[in-house]
Amino acid sequence: MIAMPTRPLRRAAVTLALPVALVATWWFTSAGSQNFYFPSLQSILQTFGKLWFSANALHDVVPSLLRLSVGYIAAALLGIAIGIPVGASRNLRNLLEPVLEFLRAIPPPVLIPVLILFAGLGNEMKALVIVLGCIWPVLLNTVAGVRSLDEVLAEVVRSYRIGAFARLWHFVLPGASPQIFTGLRQSLSIGIILMVVSEMYAASDGIGFALVQYQRSFAIPEMWSGIILLGIIGIVLSLIFRAIEAWLLGWYHGLRQSQRAA
Amino acid sequence: MSASTKNVRARRSARTIVWLQGLAGLVGFAALLEIVPRTGLVSPLYLPPFSTIVVALFKEIMTAEFWTALSDTLEAWAIGLVISVIAGTVIGIAIGSSNALRTVTHSTIEFLRPIPSVALIPLAVLLFGSQIQSTLILVIYASFWQVLIQVLYGVQDVDPVARETARSYGLGAWAQIRYVVWPTTLPYLMTGIRLAAAVALILAITSEVAIDTQGLGKEISDTESGGAVAIMYAYVIVAGIIGVIVNLGARALERRVLAWHPSVRLDLAEAGG
Repeated sequence: MIAMPTRPLRRAAVTLALPVALVATWWFTSAGSQNFYFPSLQSILQTFGKLWFSANALHDVVPSLLRLSVGYIAAALLGIAIGIPVGASRNLRNLLEPVLEFLRAIPPPVLIPVLILFAGLGNEMKALVIVLGCIWPVLLNTVAGVRSLDEVLAEVVRSYRIGAFARLWHFVLPGASPQIFTGLRQSLSIGIILMVVSEMYAASDGIGFALVQYQRSFAIPEMWSGIILLGIIGIVLSLIFRAIEAWLLGWYHGLRQSQRAA
Repeated sequence: MSASTKNVRARRSARTIVWLQGLAGLVGFAALLEIVPRTGLVSPLYLPPFSTIVVALFKEIMTAEFWTALSDTLEAWAIGLVISVIAGTVIGIAIGSSNALRTVTHSTIEFLRPIPSVALIPLAVLLFGSQIQSTLILVIYASFWQVLIQVLYGVQDVDPVARETARSYGLGAWAQIRYVVWPTTLPYLMTGIRLAAAVALILAITSEVAIDTQGLGKEISDTESGGAVAIMYAYVIVAGIIGVIVNLGARALERRVLAWHPSVRLDLAEAGG
């Protein structure tokens, strides 16, 4: 995409130069900082090591990530499963599209108070919030993807009387997958927001809960180390997402590239 | 002539049917929300019948609190969005126009972008409590990247021949941006604004729910903890309507600003994704 310098050593240098410079600036300008809110990076990193490489990690990080993965995967499966029939039938689509657009437009964090009514303050509520927040981008993008399937291919599949399952697996799902992944990517960032906010709002464990505790008790280096941990989780999840996308959609990006070159 | 009018008429009636089907869907959804609590499938304590919610909504619209909450939410949303659009555009064009800058900043941008903005909540609370600045930090951090990334794509998409031509004709840096870079970038920028507008609303409401800054989100969490369930749902509906208006408005703006652009003229959906 970007014309990177070819030699690997130079490439590494160019990639790392600015991040290293920024971290170094933070390190040196904050060294010996007396500002209560902005402690030195050194003390933040020391706290980070103590805090997250211990039993705390099990107590706070594991429940958060479990709730996120259960909610996100359920939302993805449901969104695709509902999106395919809706996208395939014009009448169903016309009937449901305004309702779905409305449900998608509700900012997901307002679901937290609503679901507390139904499911209390426990794990079910938090996983449900993530399901209900993440499902709409997947669903609507699946609908759009199924709708824009290649018509000639659809006719071919029909004239060869290819069975329903084979049609789904070899034609509908691959054809709609670029759009489905667009939806999944949007949902991932919504899911992370909801994971954190639902724990800040009402919880007894989780990263969001820990962050609020540190902030309320003015444990500032701990709070900063929690912020850094959340940042790292965000980055790692997006790297995992990209790896899966590259694996499943490699054919599509290759196709696009060769089309563009032609 | 008669053939073409017939065509137009047929298309118009087809559109009316789609519209009516959508309306039927909405009415059906409202009916479902009425029937489910009335039959006791879901306790009306948790989900009051739709008619009760509508009555609560109309009562709420008459109060001053409603309009204050609404304008607080919209204010934070608009200020945050404008700042991130301007910053994203200026920085995006500056970085995108220079090969060296683009290569050097690439890794940093890819690194900072996936950091969830809600991670900044505790810091915002410490610095600003539940003032509007807290909301703005979250809104700007989340929506800035949406704009920046799209502008970077756009600047990269500039036709090299056009760029070389402009340079050969001796166009200055400013004229090159105005007549070569800007028209190519604009469709990408509009995509960025559309995405940023939706994200900004989500983060504005997030901040109201999570750190009690004034606005619709705070009303929703207050009415929930106060047990005023019908009013809570009324606010949820209002939040949804605002969301729909933001989405439709952004799409309309996009179509209007890009009316000259081939992608809109040919009605090709979704530039850039």
